[in-house]
Amino acid sequence: MISCEEVFKSLKESIGDDALSLEGTGFDSVILLRQTSVHPALEKLKGSGFNVLIDLTAVDYSQYGQGAQRHGLPVEVPNPAPRRGCRFKLTYRLMSLDAGTGLVEGRVALQCWVEGEQGPLSVQDLWPNADWLEREVWDMFGVRFADRPEIKRLLLYEQFEGHPLRKDYPINKRQPLIGPKDDHSRDRMTEGDLRPRLVPRDKES
Amino acid sequence: MTKHGTSAPRELRSYLLNMGPAHPAMHGVIRLLLELEGEKVAEAEAEIGYLHRAFEKHAENEPWNNVVPWTDRLNYVSPLINNVGYCLAVEKLAGLALPERCRYLRVIACEISRVTDHLTCVGASAMELGAFTVFLYMMKAREQLYQMIDRLTGARVTTSYTRVGGVKSDLPAGFQEQLLEIFGDIRRTLGEVEGLLSKNRIFVDRMAGVGVLSREDALAYGVTGPMLRSAGVPYDVRRAQPYLVYDRLEFEVPVGSTGDNFDRYLVRLAEMEQSLRIVEQCFRQMPPGPHSLSDQELIEGGVMADRGKRGETGTLWSAAAQVDATLEGSGRGCHSQVVAPKADFTLPSKEEAYGSIEGLMRHFEVVMWGRGVIPPAGEAYFAVEGGNGELGFHVVSDGGDRPYRVRVRPPCFFNMALLPKLIAGGMVADIVATFGSINMIAGELDR
Repeated sequence: MISCEEVFKSLKESIGDDALSLEGTGFDSVILLRQTSVHPALEKLKGSGFNVLIDLTAVDYSQYGQGAQRHGLPVEVPNPAPRRGCRFKLTYRLMSLDAGTGLVEGRVALQCWVEGEQGPLSVQDLWPNADWLEREVWDMFGVRFADRPEIKRLLLYEQFEGHPLRKDYPINKRQPLIGPKDDHSRDRMTEGDLRPRLVPRDKES
Repeated sequence: MTKHGTSAPRELRSYLLNMGPAHPAMHGVIRLLLELEGEKVAEAEAEIGYLHRAFEKHAENEPWNNVVPWTDRLNYVSPLINNVGYCLAVEKLAGLALPERCRYLRVIACEISRVTDHLTCVGASAMELGAFTVFLYMMKAREQLYQMIDRLTGARVTTSYTRVGGVKSDLPAGFQEQLLEIFGDIRRTLGEVEGLLSKNRIFVDRMAGVGVLSREDALAYGVTGPMLRSAGVPYDVRRAQPYLVYDRLEFEVPVGSTGDNFDRYLVRLAEMEQSLRIVEQCFRQMPPGPHSLSDQELIEGGVMADRGKRGETGTLWSAAAQVDATLEGSGRGCHSQVVAPKADFTLPSKEEAYGSIEGLMRHFEVVMWGRGVIPPAGEAYFAVEGGNGELGFHVVSDGGDRPYRVRVRPPCFFNMALLPKLIAGGMVADIVATFGSINMIAGELDR
């Protein structure tokens, strides 16, 4: 068993105050990081036994707390975002798996607030499955990863406008219809023949 | 090149081939971009998203319980596991403790679903290699189970069996006997299939040594489930982090040794037998009692108060006070349970809802907007063992009547991310075998 208190302590030693806080216990531990230290922290954790990247996802906190207000529920829910510009929170979920016994030694979630839309460094070099996960986060939330300027969408198509899991993306928004990018796909040989020829009425015999 | 092929050495050129999105062997829609050198795959890339139906966005716009029907459409060959996984995540967030019988019912539902999932996978991948008989045998067995699921939930595929805090209903009359009888048929089918395939020269030649997945790759890509187990890592969420009642049940975690397609076939075959064992044990262990939280033990208000005064509070937390509609005779401590806006999370049984005014009121209290299930603000992650591996639900609540965010960790997303690596360097014909054995379900892959 990996104790998350010790993990947090060793993170504090290596990245200093960028390891902000530790919440929860056991497999539900959540460590909050500063965005700049995400890559070194994950690298450190990978070195200390967290060998599987289970998941990476984001949450858009821009409308947080409005659900309770909408229905007049008597609960005040403060938005946890530390600053106005911080809107997205990323969650990296790591697992330490003993490949021999198949037992889980530890689980931890690392979270960071994203400054604007510019996310932390990509962790593709640590875990190859981060490639698709980061593409999905870009696709759905429009959060870029610092060293992946040319990132491609994953689930949606290239011409899709906007990022649908942002809270300001309306659920009933229609996307423009897309066709072929240019005329190359049309068959030029038959194009003229297929179009009905319009003859002005007065010229009809 | 001249007619007799004597001069000019042939130029070896690679070319691109699209496999899918509409291809008979691509069950589900997915596009594989292959760079071929003759018949060999030099490079491969997978393009996904053709079945994206915005599950996660939809979930943010529905009350907590109404997300359950959407989860049916994630992994549509084992929908019950999705139902259970989602509800467990919400219950973890809300801090609900389920009644015993409900846990067993959910385990039974999950394991029946796991068998249907594996039957589909093995049957379909055998069919793609030409073994059509196996496909028909397995589909017949699956259909028998689907009919039992139909009896249990009212639908073959769109089950929506669970509710936050319980399940829709208890087992119908005669369910246990009928299911155990069907298990006999399924065991016979599995035996027949094993006889048809496991030593079949054609099948073994196509499967063994093809699509070999190393342990290191599997861990690096976050692969779980039968695919990871076939590579020799006995990781099973049911064993590593037991949920529901899996810690009381005896079952084995079958593992492979080489991580090739044939091992994946063997692992799935062995797992089905284990699932049948689990269901049989559940029937033996299952206690009588309520199937949902709101149907929990009702203690008469006065009696409850007396017990509390005597200090016998051990079981009181899980019970509800039965009080008169006028609250006569109830202690002050019980008022909160009766008049609180969040008194109930789960719907009353249909008999109660249609048969009494209190039941009807409780029903409306749950289904009206802004009422019913309202977990406290916060987030929770819960992982269950799906048909393909670790199926995780990450739910975030902002104290509203609908989820602030629902994230699904689909197990076959990670298998698919690995697929290009598995097929690169092999033959085009082997893609079909490898793709079949990773059991991609587009519904959960694209969400």
